[in-house]
Amino acid sequence: MKILVTVKRVPDPESSIKVNPEGTGIVESGLKWVVNPFDEIAIEEALRIKEAQGDVEVVVVSVGVSESQEQLRTGLAMGADRAILVKADRPDTAAVAKILVKLVEKEQPTLVILGKQAIDDDSNEVGQMLAHLLGWPQATFISKLTFAGDKASVECIREVDGGMETIAFALPAIITADLRLNEPRYASLPGIMKARKKPMEEIDAASLGVDLTPRVRIKKMAPPPARTAGRKVESVDELINALQTEAKVM
Amino acid sequence: MDFNLSIEQQILRESVRGFAENEIKPVAADLDKNEEFSYDTMRKMATFGLFGMFVSEKYGGQAMDYLSYIIATEEIARVDGSHAATVAAENSLGIGPIYYFGSEEQKHKFLPSLCRGDALWGFGLTEPNAGSDAGSARTHAVLDGDEWVINGGKIFITNASTDISAGVTVLCRTGTLADGRPELSCILLETGTIGYTSNVMHDKMMWRGSNTSELVFEDCRVPKANLLGVRGQGFQQMMQTLDGGRLSIAAMGLGGAQGCFDLALGYSKQREQFGRPIAQFQVNAFKLADMALEIECARLLLYKACWLRDNKMPFSKQAAMAKLNCSEVMYRCANHAVQLHGGYGLMKDYDVERFYRDQKLLEIGEGTSEVQRMVIARHIGAL
Ligand SMILES: Cc1cc2nc3c(=O)[nH]c(=O)nc-3n(C[C@H](O)[C@H](O)[C@H](O)COP(=O)(O)OP(=O)(O)OC[C@H]3O[C@@H](n4cnc5c(N)ncnc54)[C@H](O)[C@@H]3O)c2cc1C
Repeated sequence: MKILVTVKRVPDPESSIKVNPEGTGIVESGLKWVVNPFDEIAIEEALRIKEAQGDVEVVVVSVGVSESQEQLRTGLAMGADRAILVKADRPDTAAVAKILVKLVEKEQPTLVILGKQAIDDDSNEVGQMLAHLLGWPQATFISKLTFAGDKASVECIREVDGGMETIAFALPAIITADLRLNEPRYASLPGIMKARKKPMEEIDAASLGVDLTPRVRIKKMAPPPARTAGRKVESVDELINALQTEAKVM
Repeated sequence: MDFNLSIEQQILRESVRGFAENEIKPVAADLDKNEEFSYDTMRKMATFGLFGMFVSEKYGGQAMDYLSYIIATEEIARVDGSHAATVAAENSLGIGPIYYFGSEEQKHKFLPSLCRGDALWGFGLTEPNAGSDAGSARTHAVLDGDEWVINGGKIFITNASTDISAGVTVLCRTGTLADGRPELSCILLETGTIGYTSNVMHDKMMWRGSNTSELVFEDCRVPKANLLGVRGQGFQQMMQTLDGGRLSIAAMGLGGAQGCFDLALGYSKQREQFGRPIAQFQVNAFKLADMALEIECARLLLYKACWLRDNKMPFSKQAAMAKLNCSEVMYRCANHAVQLHGGYGLMKDYDVERFYRDQKLLEIGEGTSEVQRMVIARHIGAL
C-alpha cells in the first residue's frame, strides 16, 4: 500500500506575525518556518499505519517554494520513505488540489492524508477539492482511523458539532487529520541521519499541465484589532448586564 | 563565511527542543527536588538517539558532526541541567575516550550498548587530593601476570553509580618515568569487578537529577587488555577528552543561559507592577537586552570552536574560551533571571531557581574557570 501525505511550509505558530505596510500579505523575512502542525499529525498517522501493516510506503508531498525541502526533510526524518516537492509560486488552494490530482494519478496511492487545514491561511479546502476532483470518498476532521480486516475499506470517527460521527467507506480515499487523531513523534537523531539518504524528487508545477491561474485574489490583509484593556465590574448584576448588552454573549 | 546551519542541524534543534519541552521539562523540578536520577527519561533519551551522537555507525552511533551534538546538548540544557549533564558526560567523557583511544576490540565490546543508552560509562580522573592538579592522581595499577591490580579511589564521577553503569575509565599511575614523574595510563574497569565499589554522592546543590559517584578500588583485578590505548598516554588522553568535553559544558552554559533568558522574558512581559509589565521599565528591558547580547556572542564563539573541531583544526584554546565564557554568561543570565522574577524566582515552583543553582557547576566541573584562564594564558604565551 502507498500513502501520500501532504506537507505545507508555514510560519511557526509561536512567531509574531506582522502584516506588510501594503496590506498584501505578511512580512516573511526573519520568520521561522515549520511543518504545518496538522500535517505533522497526518504524517504520524501514515507512519502508524506503516508500523502496523508493514508493507506500506509513505510519500510526503509539498507544493510551494524550494525551501519547503526543509519541511519535507522533517517528514523524512520522522520516518517517511521519500519526498516529492512540486515547485510553484504561491498557488491557491484550487491549484494545489489540481497539482495533487496529477501526483495521485502518477503515484496511485491507496490513501491520501492531509492536515484538516494549514495554520497560515486556514482555508480548509484542499482535501475536499481533491476528493471532488478525483471522485473519491472523503472524511474530514477525523480523530480516529481504523482499517477493516481486508484492508479494502476504513472506518473513521469525525469530530462534528455536538459529538462524534462514525463513517465507513471503501479505499482509495481522502482523509484530513484533526488535532486529536494522534500525537506526532519527534524526528529522532537516527531518523534525521537516515533522512539524508532518502530520495527527494523535484517537479516544476508548470510541467504538470494544470491551470495554475489563481481563482482567489487577496484584496487586503489587516492585523486583528488590538485588544483593549479589560475593566473591573462592581457586581454580578453589572457583569451579567455587560455580557448581555456589550459582549452580547448571553 | 556562512552562518547557516544545515537542514539536518535545523531539524535536530527543533526536534530536540520539542523532546526536551515535552519529556524532560515536566519532570525536571520533581527529580531535582527528590534528588532522583530518572531511568524513565534515560530510556526516552536513549530511544531518541542522544547517546553516541558523534560516534560512527559502525559502533552504533549516529555519525553526526560535533556541532550537532553541541546543539542537542544546548537544547536539553535549555530546559534542565541535570539531563544535559547525563547526556554531555556520557557522550564526551564516557563514550569519548573509548571511541578515540580504544582498540577495535574494546570499541566493539563497549560502544554499542553505550550508544544504545542501555549502559552508562564514567570518566575517572578526579581524586579527593587531585582536582585541578589531576596529574597528581594517586590511584595506581600494578601489572601482575596478565592482570592489572588497581588500588585507590576517585570522587565526583558522573554516571558511574547508576543501576546501568557498566564501568569507568580510570586514570592510574602505572609506573615511574626516568625523570621521576609518574607514568599515567587509562584502564577500563568494569562494574562487577571484585573490589570495585561505587557509591552515589548525595546532597548536591546542583545537578540533583544527575548521578555523581565516589569510587573505591581495592585490589581490583582487570585483564591486561583493558589498558586504553598506549601505556603512559593516560594523562594526554584525559586532557584531549576534556578539550571536547569543554565544548559540551559550554553548550550547557549556552543552553542554560538561553533557558534563563526565555523564562525571564516571558515573565517580565506578563508580570505587572505600577500598572505595566515590568519589562517596560528600562532597567529591566536593558537587563534582557544584555542577556540577549551575551547569549548571541557566546553562541558565536562556541559554534566557531565546534567548526574548528569539525574541520580538524586546533580548537583547544577556543574550547577553553567557550567553556569559560558560556559558563560565566549563564552565571549572569541566571542572576538577572532570578532578579526579574523577584521573590518568585527564589521559589522552587519557578524553574529559574533551579537554573540559578545548576549554573554553579559549570564554573567548576571539567576544569574550573581559573584553570580555563590558565589554559588560555598558556595558549597566548602569557604563562
Ligand atoms: C557534579 C560534579 C560532577 C563531576 N563529574 C566528574 C567526572 O565525571 N569525572 C571527573 O574526573 N571529575 C568530575 N568532577 C570533578 C571536577 O572536575 C572537579 O571538581 C574540578 O576539576 C575541581 O577540582 P576540585 O574540586 O578538587 O577543586 P580544587 O582543584 O581543589 O580547586 C579549589 C579552588 O582552587 C582553585 N585552584 C586550584 N589550582 C589553582 C591554580 N593553580 N591557580 C589558581 N587557582 C587554582 C580552583 O580554581 C578552585 O577555585 C565533577 C564534579 C562535580 C561537582
